[in-house]
Amino acid sequence: MGTLELKKEKKVMTGNHAVAYAVKLSKAQIISAYPITPQTSIVEKLSEFIEKGEMNARIIKVESEHSALAAVYGAAIAGARAFTATSSHGLLYMHEWVHWFSRARIPAVMAVVTRTIGPPWNIWPDHSDFMDQRDSGWIMSYAMDNQEVFDLVIQAFKVSEDPSVYLPAMVGLEGFILGGTSMPVEIPEENSVLDFLGERRQPYSVADEIISVGNLTSPEETEQIQMGIQNAMGRAREVIKKVDEEFGRAFGRSYGGLASCYKCGDAKYVVVTMGAWSGDALEAIDVLRDNGIDAGLLRIRYVRPFPIEEVREALSNARLGIVFDRSLSFGGFGQLYSDIASSIIGSGTKKNLVNVISGLGGVNISSDDFVQAIKSIIESYESEGYVHPFLWYHQGEVMKYQHIKA
Amino acid sequence: MVITMKLVKTEDKLPISYPSEGAAGKTGTWRLERPIVNNEMCTRCFLCEIYCPGNVITVDKEGAHIDYNYCKGCGICVKVCPKNAIKMEPEEE
Repeated sequence: MGTLELKKEKKVMTGNHAVAYAVKLSKAQIISAYPITPQTSIVEKLSEFIEKGEMNARIIKVESEHSALAAVYGAAIAGARAFTATSSHGLLYMHEWVHWFSRARIPAVMAVVTRTIGPPWNIWPDHSDFMDQRDSGWIMSYAMDNQEVFDLVIQAFKVSEDPSVYLPAMVGLEGFILGGTSMPVEIPEENSVLDFLGERRQPYSVADEIISVGNLTSPEETEQIQMGIQNAMGRAREVIKKVDEEFGRAFGRSYGGLASCYKCGDAKYVVVTMGAWSGDALEAIDVLRDNGIDAGLLRIRYVRPFPIEEVREALSNARLGIVFDRSLSFGGFGQLYSDIASSIIGSGTKKNLVNVISGLGGVNISSDDFVQAIKSIIESYESEGYVHPFLWYHQGEVMKYQHIKA
Repeated sequence: MVITMKLVKTEDKLPISYPSEGAAGKTGTWRLERPIVNNEMCTRCFLCEIYCPGNVITVDKEGAHIDYNYCKGCGICVKVCPKNAIKMEPEEE
């Protein structure tokens, strides 16, 4: 495949349409979804493909997101490559099925066009809906731009259907920032994606065997089923890296696996981000470097499985880690921060780590904001010798959260 | 081109089970009264077999046979038998 001259075309499209093209090329057979802003244009585009005869799939119309994921589950346990997409409250309404799906160990893919949770009613993006699914046993990846959206959806099918993984996979992209913004996306030739993915694989099928799924069993077996999911997540780390490399050989783009690093090697200050604002953070790193500040960026691409090794490696030589979270576990910390702190403690080293909560509810954070926030945190760290572990960055100001002692 | 599906096993424990006798326990232990058939009176009309909600009665040329491993003792067979050939008797324990 590597030596083959691939036919590719570049199209300008929104992140949502990039999802739809990836699902079309992955030859998904069953799609079920319920409309919700900012997801709807994914399924609209897929309906258009099917209506024009460009895609051989069926859409199951449902009355809710809960039923949408249930329909996808039914299709998937019967052997179909199946897909759904949702956002915000739709995802929360699906939540019961999100857990059921992964514990049943059935591969499928969902796009989550992330949007904050109300009240107040809103349509703007942050990561709170996505991060709310963190403990569900799904493979969870998050894109930085529309090309990566396209690539991650295809890779999600491949990872999810790998026999050493067999877990459903969700791909996150911010609503509007990616979902509704047009960028050039390279679309490979139709059959090359199918060659890359190969045939669908799954551990059992209700269409082929007489089986009962999810019947009552003993507490011990129930515990073993959950241990199996954690083991599958462990193996998924290697599968994700392998799939990322294979994808690079087939289509010319590789991202470095579970996380990607920009100038982390010699960085004294490692900034951590996830999602679309990582593009702004990348620009900020260059500005900081021009100002003589040795900063680097670690971009989290997979929340589950969490890139434990990559985090330890990226932060090994840093004096300070600055973790920006665009979602918050109220009463605790940002979810990325908690996982990064746990990963580092597990390696037996101590590290100064600060959590910055920002961009909630769709507040726009530009590269200038990143420069300003990071500079201010580094200055206070270098002059005072410590940094408050929990900071807000809100409307141009770094503020200490007064209820935790530094 | 259409995708195909292949079943490939995993080493992990799965939440699936295959049908087997007594997989959910022998429900006959729930019974407080036992239906007893007098096959001398039975006309092989099949009504008890048809009405049994537990699907545990089989009628053949010898008469009606009840699988006491799974009969919960609901007594519907007693009610539908037109010849009063089935009687309920208390279980010993």
